[in-house]
Amino acid sequence: MTESDAAGATLSVRRLRGVERLAGPLLIVRRAPGIALGEQVIVTGRDGARRHGQVIELAPDLAVVQAYEGTAGLDLGSTLVEFTGEPFRLGVSAQMLGRVLDGRGRPIDDGPAIVPLRLVDVNGGTINPAARDHPSDFIETGVSAIDLLASLVRGQKLPIFTGAGLPADQLAARIATGARVLGEERFVTIFAAMGITRREADFFRDAFSASGALDRIAFFLNLAEDPAIERLLTPRCALSLAEHLAFELGMDVLVVLTDVAAYAEALRELGTAREEIPGRRGYPGYLYTDLATLFERAGRVKGLPGSLTVLPIVTMPDDDMTHPIPDLTGYITEGQIVLSRDLWGGAISPPIDVLPCLSRVMNAGIGAGRTRPEHRVVADQLYALYARGRELRRLVTVIGEAALSASEQRVLGFADRFERLLVGQGPVHRTLDQSFDVAWRLLDELPPDELTRIPAEVLAARRPAETDETTGEPPEGTT
Amino acid sequence: MTIVEGRITAASGPVVRAAGLESATVGEVVRVGPEGLLGEVIRLEPGEATIQVYEETAGLRVGDPVAPSGSPLHAWLGPGLLGATFDGLQRPLDRLAADGTWLLLPGRAAAAFEPQGAGLAGPRLALGPDRRWSFEPERSAGDEVGPGDRLGSVAEGPIRHGILVPPDVARGRLLELPPGDHGIGEPIGHLETATGIVPLHLAQRWPVRVPRPVHRRLPVERPLLTGQRVIDMLFPVAKGGATVIPGGFGTGKTVLEQALARWSDADIVVYVGCGERGNEMAELLASFPDLIDPRTGGPLLARTVLIANTSNMPVAAREASVLFGATIAEYFRDQGYQVALLADSTSRWAEALREISGRLEELPGEEGFPAYLGSRLAGFYERAGRAVVLGAPERIGSITTVGAVSPPGGDFSEPVTQASLRLAGAFWALDAELAHARHFPAISWTQSYSLYVDQLAPWYEETLDPDWRERRAEAIDLLVRERQLLDVVALVGADALPDEDRVVLEVARLLREAFLQQHAFDPVDAARPPEEQLALLRTVLAARTGLSAELGREATLGQAMEAPVLDELRRARSWSGADLVARLDALAGRLVDLRPEAVP
Ligand SMILES: Nc1ncnc2c1ncn2[C@@H]1O[C@H](COP(=O)(O)OP(=O)(O)O)[C@@H](O)[C@H]1O
Ligand SMILES: [Mg+2]
Repeated sequence: MTESDAAGATLSVRRLRGVERLAGPLLIVRRAPGIALGEQVIVTGRDGARRHGQVIELAPDLAVVQAYEGTAGLDLGSTLVEFTGEPFRLGVSAQMLGRVLDGRGRPIDDGPAIVPLRLVDVNGGTINPAARDHPSDFIETGVSAIDLLASLVRGQKLPIFTGAGLPADQLAARIATGARVLGEERFVTIFAAMGITRREADFFRDAFSASGALDRIAFFLNLAEDPAIERLLTPRCALSLAEHLAFELGMDVLVVLTDVAAYAEALRELGTAREEIPGRRGYPGYLYTDLATLFERAGRVKGLPGSLTVLPIVTMPDDDMTHPIPDLTGYITEGQIVLSRDLWGGAISPPIDVLPCLSRVMNAGIGAGRTRPEHRVVADQLYALYARGRELRRLVTVIGEAALSASEQRVLGFADRFERLLVGQGPVHRTLDQSFDVAWRLLDELPPDELTRIPAEVLAARRPAETDETTGEPPEGTT
Repeated sequence: MTIVEGRITAASGPVVRAAGLESATVGEVVRVGPEGLLGEVIRLEPGEATIQVYEETAGLRVGDPVAPSGSPLHAWLGPGLLGATFDGLQRPLDRLAADGTWLLLPGRAAAAFEPQGAGLAGPRLALGPDRRWSFEPERSAGDEVGPGDRLGSVAEGPIRHGILVPPDVARGRLLELPPGDHGIGEPIGHLETATGIVPLHLAQRWPVRVPRPVHRRLPVERPLLTGQRVIDMLFPVAKGGATVIPGGFGTGKTVLEQALARWSDADIVVYVGCGERGNEMAELLASFPDLIDPRTGGPLLARTVLIANTSNMPVAAREASVLFGATIAEYFRDQGYQVALLADSTSRWAEALREISGRLEELPGEEGFPAYLGSRLAGFYERAGRAVVLGAPERIGSITTVGAVSPPGGDFSEPVTQASLRLAGAFWALDAELAHARHFPAISWTQSYSLYVDQLAPWYEETLDPDWRERRAEAIDLLVRERQLLDVVALVGADALPDEDRVVLEVARLLREAFLQQHAFDPVDAARPPEEQLALLRTVLAARTGLSAELGREATLGQAMEAPVLDELRRARSWSGADLVARLDALAGRLVDLRPEAVP
């Protein structure tokens, strides 16, 4: 984290009256000597209101400033631009837990002033890949579909891909309040709202208050009605606090970022104002890099106790997973949880479509000594059967169920029960053992020759008599 | 020499413009701003130089100094590379981590480790300041030596690291070349050339944008064995060949690249994580301590060089990382090694080109990529190949390049996939549907191909199986027919198919489940030697013989399809042991005759 003492921060203020051009979120000003790229700017309009901005481009005579609150209400002649000589820094402190802050980290509740422990450059640094500890601590979320099939691991970045109106917020709140690493304290949560409605923000507040965990969460709120460009700072502020709590104070921190779609739109707005050549669907070509500078801040560091786990929520425009926002997110994050409108319509809750779900770091977090020795094979078997069941379901709409073989009908039935019983657990929290019980109950209904992903000795241990009968082979050939 | 400094006139993202760099050349490394950020001149106009900066540019001001270095971006090549982890500019990330630098900040601690620049500091920073190497000469004073000649070697872990006359040093006579212990910066001997006396070192530097010369290119001959059945048996890549792996996110590009890093039979592996995840590099590193290299008996990490340019590092350095990787690969090829250059992902590199190009306001080509995308990609893939390398004694080295491609939306029609396709000889297309059904490796048998089959067939036929070609063709044919039949089934149902087709469907399914699938995390099945791969393929095809024999025996075909022995075949992937091939052959023997009375 970049350190700076507050004292030196304001000495080199330079002022400029009047701007050359105002365009959307951009101010074009004459270039004063010594302006630095990335420097913070305070803009005061005729109305006396102070706005904040950042220098994003230097040309021989001009400088381009992006204004977080936009340029509405400014004029060319009387606008006052002050250069602070410093990048944007956030004062971070554990006192921010239990507090509500605006999109830039200033308290907006009626609590006491926050005394920052230190000031940090919100852009953060890059965790040295060679210093990273490979994430490997299983987090029990209490959601069977996640715990069994796309396990969350401490230090992972795992987004929820959702569609408009699907219950991603509920799922995220449920994970944030219920998740635990076995034998450890609960997580502290940083909630960064980027352009969501007040209703959604209130939902999270209520969920945390209901679980009695309000003092373990900090809210950074840039709501839909707040300035769009400020949204670009909100996740950076949230992650800076998270890094402080995780890597300096040793806490396990979960950061919920919602909604990445609104964030990306703010970035697009800025890119358009800068007349950049747009990439796919008008989003800037550097959207991947920009999102990566957020999500890659998740992780664990060798020799340091804390962890930073990131849970972004991404609304897929038009439920389209190939849209650039979910697509680029998926390329950066370590898997994804995907919600499905069909399941939601079928009253399956939480409506998690496990087929496109993935947790890339799951392997290191599961298995003997961590979860269950058979975790991997059970997960693979459930996936494989469900995938086949789903395909058969498609087939049945054409050729009818009667045309299926007995084995195919069993698999079809499995897919239905899998959705209803395993995925559709409703609001209850399931321990990992309970999730496994449900999984085995589903698998037990099938004959062993359908369970080819499960090594014979695992099956044999589970139901010895049956295995011997059907194969007529001792489970000898299977080490 | 007086250094003429320039001054910044404009700055935007990673691109900076400067005046006053009259004597700079395109490609020259410059130091930008008071912190001396690393940059490279990419365009020159009268009175103005355009520079791409390899580090975060926040804090730069108009008027800040820009100092030319006089040399192009270069890599340091020598003992100390193996087992190391570098960033995209060859800063030693592992040693930074050991020093307690877990967070890389723009222009700070890492810059102190940045090895560009003349003098001895560069190679010592890149390759380790304190290590000493015991040099064993193979030539002696009075010998005449020239570019590429091997002077001797040092032991780097279990690997003999050859010390070569640099390709850009003139022929001359050795004045001295004693054995002894040397640090990286110290001379190990001297060479008298027509233009003067040249000191020789353990390390040499080479400009990363320039391919290292070879004596003569050779056609490919042998496969790079990967341990992956679908690759080695169906879509092999040659040592010295190139292959691309396109696939949407989550389809298995990284797992496959990492499997090659662990299991392929290359002598040296250069793995470039380009614009991808930090945790994946950590995962790869974490897996190494347990792995033994069957060729050397030493740790597998000892044959590996890692370059980790993660997605959140400055974008211009992403472009450089791939070039550093290629240069290091060439350096080991020049020693006569068979090198695998694994790049994950070349799309991120292409996007870096696009981003810089956009800042230069160049005319964009397809999807915003610069018009020179194709030629840059060609430049990268052309560095693969098999060759008689420069110098004596005669050595044959190769570089096999495997580039992952990350097409937006998983759509292979995009420019990077298409341009790469034209350059590589093998194409392993990853299929999202297979991945979702947890069929891994998700290499699509309908879209993938290998143009090396004909060149490699003699090796397979002599070493492994005289009928390899036929068997391969039979397997592919089965899969193609399955695809056609499934289209029919989707319309009318499986019941309507004639028995012959039902057998095809059943065997194809066995081929997919028992043979093509190979779980990367399975302790015994993650990688298989070619003999075991072949035995399994023979066994699956034996099931076809067995089932086909039942055709026309209406009464028993159904029973045969449910025979428990098929179930054994489905689980044979988890078998292991010294007698595995014999056991598979025995299983094949039982499969060719599936008459009920023959089933025990
Ligand atoms: N050969 C394989 N065996 C088992 N699992 C695999 C294999 N290939 C991919 N996977 C699964 O797919 C996930 C995504 O693979 P990855 O290589 O990270 O995808 P990509 O790099 O294409 O985004 C992995 O985390 C793993 O769960
Ligand atoms: Mg990948």
